[in-house]
Amino acid sequence: MIIDINFVGLIITSIMASSVPLILASCGELITERSGVLNLGVEGMMIIGAIAGFALMTVTGSLVIAVFGAMFAGVLISTIFAFLTQTLITNHVATGLALTIFGIGISAMIGKNFVGIPGKEFPILFGGLKDAIPFLSPILFGHSIVFYFAFALPFITNYFLKKTKIGLIVRAVGDSPDSASNQGINVRLVRYLCILYGGSMCGLAGAYLSMIYTPQWIENMTGGRGWIALALVVFSTWNPIKILIGAMIFGGLTIIQFHMQAIGVRIPVQFLTALPYIVTIIVLVVISRDSRKIRLSTPSSLGKSFYKDH
Amino acid sequence: MHKTLIRSFVSSLVFLFTFTVTAVAKDVKAAFVYIGPTGDHGWTYQHDVGRKAVEAAGYKTTYVEGVPESADAERVLRQLANSGHNIIFTTSFGYMNPTNKVAKEFPNVKFEHATGYKREHANVSTYAARFYEGRTILGTIAGSMTKSNVIGYVASFPIPEVIRGINSFTLAAQKVNPNIKTKIVWAFTWYDPGKEAEAAKALIDQGADIIAQHTDSTAIVQIAEKAGIFAFGQASDMDKFAPKAVLTSVENNWGPYYVDRVKALANGTWKQKDTWHGIGDGMVVISDLDSAIPADVRTKVNQLKKDLASGKVHSFTGPIYDQQGNLMVAEGKTADDGMLAGMMTYVKGVEGDIPK
Amino acid sequence: MLVRLLPRNLEYLWEEQKLIKIVKRDHPSRAIFFLTPVLAIFLTLVAGGLIFYILGFKPFEALKFFFIVPIADMYGFSELLLKATPLCLIAIGLSFCFKSNNWNIGAEGQLTFGAIVSGGVALLFYEQEGFYILPIVIVAGAIGGMLYASIPAILKTYFNTNEILVSLMLVYVSKLILDYLVVGPWSNPEGFNFPETRQFSESARLPLLVEGLRIHAGIFLALAAVVMSWFIFYKTYLGFQMKVSGFSLKTAKYAGYKGKKMIILVFLISGACAGLAGVGEITGPIGQLHREVSPDYGFTAIIVAFLGRLNPVGIIFASLVVAITYLGAETAQIFMQIPKYTGQVFQGMILFFLLASDYLLFFKIKFIGSKK
Repeated sequence: MIIDINFVGLIITSIMASSVPLILASCGELITERSGVLNLGVEGMMIIGAIAGFALMTVTGSLVIAVFGAMFAGVLISTIFAFLTQTLITNHVATGLALTIFGIGISAMIGKNFVGIPGKEFPILFGGLKDAIPFLSPILFGHSIVFYFAFALPFITNYFLKKTKIGLIVRAVGDSPDSASNQGINVRLVRYLCILYGGSMCGLAGAYLSMIYTPQWIENMTGGRGWIALALVVFSTWNPIKILIGAMIFGGLTIIQFHMQAIGVRIPVQFLTALPYIVTIIVLVVISRDSRKIRLSTPSSLGKSFYKDH
Repeated sequence: MHKTLIRSFVSSLVFLFTFTVTAVAKDVKAAFVYIGPTGDHGWTYQHDVGRKAVEAAGYKTTYVEGVPESADAERVLRQLANSGHNIIFTTSFGYMNPTNKVAKEFPNVKFEHATGYKREHANVSTYAARFYEGRTILGTIAGSMTKSNVIGYVASFPIPEVIRGINSFTLAAQKVNPNIKTKIVWAFTWYDPGKEAEAAKALIDQGADIIAQHTDSTAIVQIAEKAGIFAFGQASDMDKFAPKAVLTSVENNWGPYYVDRVKALANGTWKQKDTWHGIGDGMVVISDLDSAIPADVRTKVNQLKKDLASGKVHSFTGPIYDQQGNLMVAEGKTADDGMLAGMMTYVKGVEGDIPK
Repeated sequence: MLVRLLPRNLEYLWEEQKLIKIVKRDHPSRAIFFLTPVLAIFLTLVAGGLIFYILGFKPFEALKFFFIVPIADMYGFSELLLKATPLCLIAIGLSFCFKSNNWNIGAEGQLTFGAIVSGGVALLFYEQEGFYILPIVIVAGAIGGMLYASIPAILKTYFNTNEILVSLMLVYVSKLILDYLVVGPWSNPEGFNFPETRQFSESARLPLLVEGLRIHAGIFLALAAVVMSWFIFYKTYLGFQMKVSGFSLKTAKYAGYKGKKMIILVFLISGACAGLAGVGEITGPIGQLHREVSPDYGFTAIIVAFLGRLNPVGIIFASLVVAITYLGAETAQIFMQIPKYTGQVFQGMILFFLLASDYLLFFKIKFIGSKK
């Protein structure tokens, strides 16, 4: 089989497009988890972002309002989670699950009137250069701004965590909330903000799906991506750059699977789809075995409620 | 005097009779069970269009959407049967067992099951459309218009209905262009826009310049539109989702059949039957041909439509060979309904194997 | 001023207003313990009515179709029990895990795997009759669930791996395995390649309790689980340990990690319960294997477990309440065209309100009165 370089470029582009929602949601959840909060409601926040973005786009006709509206919707819904887990000190796991179930339900209810409406054309950047260079052109040019933002985000997030003061505070809160609190950091506030940020990114991820990737609204259209995003955060050992790679692998598996079918290779579809989950479990085991290593990677207070006795 | 009296008496009797009959007739309540949302602009949408035709004919209807093909379906059917509906249309294969089970307990309610093959009780009928006839038209267009000779096909599940569609499509395309290759990708879903879009992208990247689908959402035609290639709509006219890409669509036209059956029930003439209608009976309709289709192809298609309708041309006329070169249908003969119903082999020219 | 708006700490905020003083309780209030689920349900109804109103439906009528109509007749009530059975069963199993601080989120996966194993066994006997078949199938399902639950258990005890993520990932793996089997090797050879297996023989089906209704013997399994868990919780030392750890935030750490054996045990119990629920579904109402065998019972059961306060009797009531949200969503859709996802909205809200009202468990709100 002669491998045409253009063809490879096209496949890589498809994989990149498919990984955008994962990158966005995972980088958002990464910040949340780095501050010590395990928010299992990613799927719920994504789907709410999806319907919010699509509904706003259809109703107002403005893509800008739609995109920011979706992010805001993510923030709103994650506020419920933040209020419950940070102020009312509820169990993270249960609250996150409730958020997912509620999110899927409420988005379907709101979305009922929007099924079957075609989405609007989303503007792409550098469209003219799409065929200029073989292999590189389709990868670099002709994508929406959300796409470019998504691929910049891991680097921005990494810089934020490692090189800025606020990033340091977030990490301190996640690794050792008691000492951070003793130093005068308002742990609750930091976590609140991180949760809301995570919500906004998940909302954006959902909006990308409903406005750009497959421009329409279907109930449950996130299809489990939220859970994959959660897995990605762990798979990447809470490292934003690794999220980029992981997202491409996870997103790419579905694309590759179709290509393999198209050229006649017979591997059970389900096996390929299951691979990301199985691999995540293996990675989890590997990084957890060495308790020193896990102390280095996992935010120590992840999932534990912070309560300050006065 | 007598004459007038008798006349008025008879005429009032007739009036009363007609009134009662129509009043009783209008009391027929029809229920429709859908597997997807009515807004899918595909399979379920078309069934709902059919339902609206029944309403337009003056009957009350109820519909339930998104009913999964699981244990829950039985409960929904029972609730519908219990709440005054006289005829229930179950519009997906997976409802076969629940339909028959509930039919047993409600002998006075009629059940119409789409695309199934079990009629275990006298009050169960089955119906389906000869979609493959529509595919013959699509294949003709595709074969005439492809430049890369690679035609993409997004299929759902390897069941006879889908295999039939692939075959009739390929045979028709080959007739006008012996060099075409049909590349198939199995999505293993009837309705999942995300997956369908990715499948379409993969086929496009593989060089397909026309895409056909046997899945229900509009995602594929939208991807085709973005990529600047052609596609065909499925079950419903998908032109408004992809005006440049969609050349035409195969539409399922259930309305006449539905109205027919409801009226039969109202008249007391409803009988169990198995219906398999095609273009000729109006159950399969080809949407308007896009202007991008050249005139000569257009003429060919219009003639083909007439011939399929009249029976002059059959989608599966021999000689037909399978991928190994064995004869499936002899020269001059046509495949009978039995062979069609159980078709599980590809014809020559289709790439790949049927997944098992 | 803005700082005050941020809920930095409710105590400070409200204390500054000098209206309310929030005091931490010494120990959780028992009265509140039983009242909060009721409060949560009540708040859910109110919020639900509000949502209906916003969407343009008459709230009381919608609530009626949601909660009353589905169980108004005998058939409806039996459907309620039918739906509540797997929820109750799984939740009982989960209560063992949650009480001892093991977060088994993958009950849905254990249910699916239990269904796979028992379904496979049932298919082996598809042409045979015999009273011995059903017990074998049931046991196979329990074993399947236990096997699957042992994975997160072992990974947690011996490899220190977080059980939440492992059990969650495994849910998807099990669903994909089921999908592969039903679409591929196990699909009915006489079924034209449609994605479903053969139907099980009558011997492999759970007997129906009442002619014409769908409730089946699976309900006895659920009741047995309730009795067994009540016995363990209230009559054994193991149960005592779990109870203590469940109430207090601090001692959770001690009681929860006492011995690897306990962790594995609770996961096995939970897995067996979930697996049995899976068996109940396929040998009960379904009668074969489909690509999907459960409408997310494994996840909803988590809500049931919380709503029922991890208490066997509470779980019975909670499973009935949650079951009705499934039925109600369907009925409301049939008769009022209300979108069927309202069921999930209700389920999510119940859990939100319950978790929120739990605040009252640990904190008392004292009204001081304004002093200005």
